[in-house]
Amino acid sequence: MQASSKIPTDVSYLEYEGKHKGLRAWIFSTDHKRIGLLYLYSMMTLFLVGVILGLAMRFELIAPGKTIMDAKDYNAVFTVHGVIMIFMIVIPGLPAVFGNFMLPIMIGAKDVAFPKLNLLSWWVYIAGAFLVITSVLFGDGSPDTGWTFYAPYSFKTGANMLPAIFGAFVLGFSSILTGLNFIVTMHRMRAPGMTWTKMPLFPWSLYGTAWIQLLATPIVGITLVLVALERIFGIGVFDPALGGDPILYQHLFWIYSHPAVYVMILPAMGAISEIIPTFSQKHIFGYKVLVVSTLAIAFIGYFVWGHHMFTSGMSGTAQYTFSILTFLVAIPSAIKVFNWISTMYKGSINVQTPFYWAASFIFVFMIGGLSGLVVGALATNVYLHDTAFVVAHFHFIVFGGVGFSFFGAIHYWFPKMFGRMYDATWANIGWLIFTIGFLALYSPMFYLGMQGMPRRYYDYLEEFHAANILSTLGSWVMTLGLIIVIINLFRSAKSGPIAVANPWNGKTLEWTVPSPPPVENFDEIPEYQEKDGPYEYQ
Amino acid sequence: MSQVIHHDEHYDPEGSKIGMWLFIFTELLLFGGLFIVYSVYRYMNADAFHLAAEELNTTVGALNTVILLISSMTIAMSTTALQKKQKATTIVLLEITFMLALIFLVNKYFEWGVKFDHGIFPGSEFMKAEMSQGEVLFFGLYFVMTGLHALHIVAGLVIMGFALARVQKGTVHADRPSLLENAGLYWHLVDLIWIFLFPLFYLIT
Amino acid sequence: MENEKHHIVPYRLYAVVLLLLLVLTFISIAITDINLGAFTVVGALLLASIKSGLVLVYFMHLKFDKAYIQIMVGMVFILFIAIVLVTFFDYYFR
Repeated sequence: MQASSKIPTDVSYLEYEGKHKGLRAWIFSTDHKRIGLLYLYSMMTLFLVGVILGLAMRFELIAPGKTIMDAKDYNAVFTVHGVIMIFMIVIPGLPAVFGNFMLPIMIGAKDVAFPKLNLLSWWVYIAGAFLVITSVLFGDGSPDTGWTFYAPYSFKTGANMLPAIFGAFVLGFSSILTGLNFIVTMHRMRAPGMTWTKMPLFPWSLYGTAWIQLLATPIVGITLVLVALERIFGIGVFDPALGGDPILYQHLFWIYSHPAVYVMILPAMGAISEIIPTFSQKHIFGYKVLVVSTLAIAFIGYFVWGHHMFTSGMSGTAQYTFSILTFLVAIPSAIKVFNWISTMYKGSINVQTPFYWAASFIFVFMIGGLSGLVVGALATNVYLHDTAFVVAHFHFIVFGGVGFSFFGAIHYWFPKMFGRMYDATWANIGWLIFTIGFLALYSPMFYLGMQGMPRRYYDYLEEFHAANILSTLGSWVMTLGLIIVIINLFRSAKSGPIAVANPWNGKTLEWTVPSPPPVENFDEIPEYQEKDGPYEYQ
Repeated sequence: MSQVIHHDEHYDPEGSKIGMWLFIFTELLLFGGLFIVYSVYRYMNADAFHLAAEELNTTVGALNTVILLISSMTIAMSTTALQKKQKATTIVLLEITFMLALIFLVNKYFEWGVKFDHGIFPGSEFMKAEMSQGEVLFFGLYFVMTGLHALHIVAGLVIMGFALARVQKGTVHADRPSLLENAGLYWHLVDLIWIFLFPLFYLIT
Repeated sequence: MENEKHHIVPYRLYAVVLLLLLVLTFISIAITDINLGAFTVVGALLLASIKSGLVLVYFMHLKFDKAYIQIMVGMVFILFIAIVLVTFFDYYFR
């Protein structure tokens, strides 16, 4: 791999233009950094759509009875909100944006193993997103099944399901290709001397994630194909009228979709594992344990899917088994929290925006995780199943976990990605408002769920009114914080002060290259030798 | 577009082999999902599955099994020929594999055709009227699984076509065999799935 | 990376493997005529597993591949079997 003759090493990836110019230099670029940003911008756009749908739902729930939409529209709104947020934002989320951008640099490679395939993944992603959106805009009404597409309703409803189902299938394909690319990259392209046990933790979390993407996504893929065939031909596999078993659909769906939760949360944990040692200026506590717990979460996470189905009519034996396994998967997650806290202990903590996000991640993740044990236990689950409590738990984990980590990561790597610093004051204000809004938005739902308010209804009893008002107010505050954060980042990317190569005194490889990195990342591929790990602080 | 950035010709045969294996894993689990469906419904409708399986023609199934097994051997041999720098043999072996795959599809076509003539196809009114629920499920799965398998045969044909063209052009040769090897791996996957489909649909009677 | 020499598998080995596969196929067809009761499924799956093992090890070159690829393939099959088993915790005990 001799140094290239045509690629200048002093031109950043943002300025370099190869064969194409303008927009085409982006959408046809095979540079992993540009592809990462393509994902970032497309996800931001879709995320705003999802946020608007979420706000609409919250606004509907500000008072009992119809406020702005009726039941049918509400069903469509929560379905599309779920499909967009799950399949287009949080599942690809951190791997597609930061994984693409940072993984090759962090392991000392010039690009991923298959750059063209990487670009194809993005195009497939866009195609999938487009398909889902067509199901909303055209046909006999938006999908109204919830993002889970439960049979038999998903093939009985008159709504325009096929494009949405096919879109989810296509998005899964994009996810598989990204995972495949990352695994090969990590196997084949680590810098000389970087053994597996010297690889930073964010790449490790992507490794675990990639295996789940690879091995779980096909199962939901074929399940969605079966639902589509059921709709078109009536083959009978999930149709109780023809001898099919709808509970089997739930099994197959959750065999993927529970591990998918770990596709969401593992990279989020990985990013936190990068931020905390950097801002504590201290070696990460228990590196190997963190690696093992990542793999353990990925593995055990395969066998807990049944806890979504405790009230579906499974056998008792299956219920106990899934409940026990669910409790098991909490152990490695708790180990991670313990290790993060221990890393901070006696460190010299540098309180910056990414650290705020990381610390609040731990806080909301703990609440989400502990409430997960409440719904994971059989007896309490039967009481809380399909109530607002589940919505609160889910959003604390998925929005609290992935969202806080995502914003932490984007502030952490922002100087590297754009070569400029963000405005710290506004970033901190945005974080504070966002966090307050987040807690006000979702905490009342724990209470509402315990009081018995079911989820997925546009209406509720008068006694739930007060808490719902608080929750809706919280959604406005959170959105305000979100707007501040995003505007601040956009402004800073254009006109913030120029960033140095290593603003946080980080020790992983991405901080050794200029900000923003040159097209091929490294002049010379770095070598790992004397160091005994990726986080060597004095 | 990519040669601008990666003009230093990054060629990593082991990397592309792992990539192919990972892709094969996803394919295995794709069919794995269907095998789960099959095993659950077989467990719930053992007698009906037993009865329905007798409708299938074991001879045609066995013939297709033999065809696929032979084709697997010929494509594996073509890799050996490529490594021994016997270009003509490589091409002949690939062509034989290609023909065998086509014969498999023709057999499949006639097999399905007979079923259709008997009123057995997905969503048929005859099935709903005459058959038990278990039998309907059996044939539903039969068409989905063998149909998906046949799609994979078609995909295999396309990949083989590419490999054949590249061998003829000389861009796939003893030092750069990855495309042919990966085509081989993919073809063996198709064989592997059939090895399970055949007894599960034709033999368990 | 160019120096990793490929193991060239002789034609004869492939022919022997094919012969074995054909023999196993005819055995599996032959035993369907014998009523083995509950063991019919077990027998058919066992033979299919042996056959797929032959394909994996020889046709797909696993025998000549590095250990980590062998481990990956093994793990995928174990994972799949485990998923089937856990699914049957529901159906078997229902």
